[in-house]
Amino acid sequence: MSTERLVTMANQIGDFFQANPDSAEAKKEIAGHLKKFWALSMRKQLVAHIECNQAQGAGLNPIVGEAIKENVTSLTM
Amino acid sequence: MDNHIMNDQTDYGTPAKTSDKQVTLNIDGQQVTVPAGTSIMRAAMAAGVSVPKLCATDSLEPFGSCRLCLVEIEGRKGYPASCTTLVDDGLKVHTQTSKLADIRRGVMELYISDHPLDCLTCAANGDCELQDMAGAVGLREVRYGYDGDNHLKAEKDESNPYFTFDPSKCIVCSRCVRACEETQGTFALTIQGRGFESKVASGTENFLDSECVSCGACVQACPTATLMEKSVIDHGVPEHSVTTTCAYCGVGCSFNAEMKGEQVIRMVPNKNGGANHGHSCVKGRFAWGYATHSDRMTKPMIRKSIKDPWQEVSWEEAISYAASELTRIKEKYGKESIGAITSSRCTNEEVYVVQKLVRAVWGTNNVDTCARVCHSPTGYGLKQTLGESAGTQTFDSVMQSDVIMVIGANPTDGHPVFASQMKRRLRQGAKLIIADPRAIDLVSSPHIKADYHLKLRPGTNVALISAMAHVIVTEGLADEAFVKERCEWDSYVAWRDFVSKPENSPEALEEELSIPAAQLRAAARLYATGGNAAIYYGLGVTEHSQGSTMVMGIANLAMATANIGREGVGVNPLRGQNNVQGSCDMGSMPHEYPGYRHVSDVEARAQFESAWGRPLSDDPGLRIPNMLDMASEGTFKGLYCNGEDIAQSDPDTQHVTHALESMECVIVQDLFLNETAKFAHIFFPGASFLEKSGTFTNAERRISPVRRVMTPKNGYEDWEVTAMLSAAMGYPMEYKHASDIMDEIARLTPTFKGVSFKKLDELGSIQWPCNDEHPQGTPVMHVDEFVRGKGKFFLTQYVPTDERVTKKYPLIMTTGRILSQYNVGAQTRRTQNVAWHKEDLIEIHPHDAEERGIKQGDWVGIASRAGDTVLRALLSERVQPGVVYTTFHHPESGANVITTDNSDWATNCPEFKVTAVQVTRVNQLSEWQKQYQEFSDEQIAFANTQQDEIRIG
Repeated sequence: MSTERLVTMANQIGDFFQANPDSAEAKKEIAGHLKKFWALSMRKQLVAHIECNQAQGAGLNPIVGEAIKENVTSLTM
Repeated sequence: MDNHIMNDQTDYGTPAKTSDKQVTLNIDGQQVTVPAGTSIMRAAMAAGVSVPKLCATDSLEPFGSCRLCLVEIEGRKGYPASCTTLVDDGLKVHTQTSKLADIRRGVMELYISDHPLDCLTCAANGDCELQDMAGAVGLREVRYGYDGDNHLKAEKDESNPYFTFDPSKCIVCSRCVRACEETQGTFALTIQGRGFESKVASGTENFLDSECVSCGACVQACPTATLMEKSVIDHGVPEHSVTTTCAYCGVGCSFNAEMKGEQVIRMVPNKNGGANHGHSCVKGRFAWGYATHSDRMTKPMIRKSIKDPWQEVSWEEAISYAASELTRIKEKYGKESIGAITSSRCTNEEVYVVQKLVRAVWGTNNVDTCARVCHSPTGYGLKQTLGESAGTQTFDSVMQSDVIMVIGANPTDGHPVFASQMKRRLRQGAKLIIADPRAIDLVSSPHIKADYHLKLRPGTNVALISAMAHVIVTEGLADEAFVKERCEWDSYVAWRDFVSKPENSPEALEEELSIPAAQLRAAARLYATGGNAAIYYGLGVTEHSQGSTMVMGIANLAMATANIGREGVGVNPLRGQNNVQGSCDMGSMPHEYPGYRHVSDVEARAQFESAWGRPLSDDPGLRIPNMLDMASEGTFKGLYCNGEDIAQSDPDTQHVTHALESMECVIVQDLFLNETAKFAHIFFPGASFLEKSGTFTNAERRISPVRRVMTPKNGYEDWEVTAMLSAAMGYPMEYKHASDIMDEIARLTPTFKGVSFKKLDELGSIQWPCNDEHPQGTPVMHVDEFVRGKGKFFLTQYVPTDERVTKKYPLIMTTGRILSQYNVGAQTRRTQNVAWHKEDLIEIHPHDAEERGIKQGDWVGIASRAGDTVLRALLSERVQPGVVYTTFHHPESGANVITTDNSDWATNCPEFKVTAVQVTRVNQLSEWQKQYQEFSDEQIAFANTQQDEIRIG
């Protein structure tokens, strides 16, 4: 699946949860949503996009990028 | 007529009444006790006494015109009509006296003196109330002769495809006119003229050109052969009847399939149907001929490539080939390279076995359903806020509503039978708020006028709901006592603070919404303070990039105003297809087992692993758009598409077809060689709803029985085909009947625990949850507490869609449905419903048309960033300037060539309702349409070489 598409979809999820004034909670909810509704292969691809030295999560909104970074283990298993 | 299923169709003459007071009277020597307000006629029927009648029927209010139901009441003068005279304590009524017999014979004599005496050759022979009454009153002669003026040569109106109007047989009882008014609410018919000149008229030259919507209520009400189904005229009256459930929209009407042997003669709405109470629409009532259409595919076919002609094979060979291909792909590319799509047009039992096949046999959760592209945001949004992925009410609940708010739904076209009930309540005085960019029929129709039509710009739903919430909260209209008791208070406070922000006020959002702030404020006040307020919504809510947010916004509003948990209120998703609710209930989402339990739920997974004897994956599978994306990129290789037509129904057609072309094995199971099947390698012919047993679950969670009335033309019910495929892949499913599948569902799904075919036979239908606590089902949910415990408010930040108008694409296209057609049209296009809708049109406002030099009926090209197509223009002020509208019932229209890959953030439900387009006058079809036609013709020829010999008559 194209990384660009995954980034768009992940940012949309971020757009919803970032309305939560508690950003720690918002990040938890973003990661939780990805874990609950996205297939493992998609989650792994998004994590790889963040962990890739070259891409470094390009295109991801900051809160989404942080949410993924903080929950890499949970998202990739 | 012999009815195999218990089904009391007795006509009690006048409607049932409810009252706290009971009244006892004596009728023909029998004591009978009935609710106050009941007619003597109905009380007599309750006592087993049948009073002759013609103008009365229990679906209509009494009219008192035929003078046949007269009775004598001791102590009262004259001969009152029993249909219009109400019961009273201690009355002594006589229905059969010599005087009454004389009067009735005289009345009948007059009727018959202007009625053709062709009973033996009449289509209604044996099914005619006039004939029955002539017998009942003992009419033996007509003294007046036929030489005087009469109506015997009045011309028949045969314009309607499904029924005839023969005025020579009309007794002007007004039942048809009253049915059109009271039952359907269209007011298309009237009695024109006075005295001898009185006649039923449709306001135009014929029925087809009139306002008539062909619901069949008039035909049903007619006591003679005046309004008669053409199928009965052609084939004679039926000899047995089986109660089943309509396979069209999410209303889920109960019908009696009236049969001659294995031939359906007519479908008659079941007056005991919980969802429809004896009413119907043009689709369910008349458009069932597709089941025996010559396009039906009845033999399995296979081929190596979509460039090859189809090869007809035996079921054994087709199943074996499919199993070997799926196994090959799975072994070569891994278990995540295959998946299945279930359909909301299939039964619960069929959907259940498909998801079981995917999970237990294929070892993946790659199963999804077409609810993905319609109501998946409903499932998500209502689960989050209320705790259950379903509507909260019964349809009947609307009769207790004081305020009805319709958001992004077009009930008169999409859910016509429920719309009739809603209109009945509106005529009784309920207030109406409509939020829709387009002027749907409900905005203004006979005796209905919306109090507020909020003509929001497409794509701004969430701004609307937040602005309404702003008004309710800042004006102190929320019911905080209810919220404190029933909801998570902290979530409410956060939501209250959020919606109170100035940026969420109607004034701040006025320009974005294109709704005057004062109008929005007034509508919000009405919703919050007008009594019982109910929200009904459709795909105009869900099919947006913020579809799930909007569903949660609706639930927030209902909770904040205490409009939930009792009759007359609630959150009511109007489900599009017949079994959208059921297909979701049955675990066909890639993250959920039956009963909406997540695949990572250890307890639920252990239960299914134990029952199915196979280890199950705890990871969510792929959704339909994910499968298609991955297919296009070469990692998803095999698809079992059961009863769906994604090549027509899903957005961005060219992306879908490219994905299908990229797969190594596409299996389609369907009645017809649909658009998706043209890209398939294996075709399993399917069975129609008339050819199988099972259940459908409608928009009010009502599980209704589907009963087999004819032998499957393909040889098997659809669940049997899936079971054969499963067996060929090493996992036999030991069901002997669809009821065995439901028994397994009940064992494994808490909300279905008490459901069985036996109970459905007893009760007619059951609204889930049906369990030990609610053995008869649950009409209204969340009564004392929410399913999730406390209701939870969610913040609904408005995020404008990326699909914004630009210089290149300056208009917004939105899509919808039309009454006579259904979804992709595979069924309705193969019926005479095409008389009303031969092609999809593009509605455009006259201002936008004039700017572009477009006139009525011109070919216009519609282009978006996804593709372009050509449709004929329909100039209409129903749409606002800047907005165009179309339907997608015909594949050659290519409406979904234009729609894009934008989707809901939570569920990937496509944003069908907002596409930026440009519209120009053109003089030829688009390139896509030309290529489509060529490809389609080729594919049909590939199938016809095999099917010519086996077509059904």
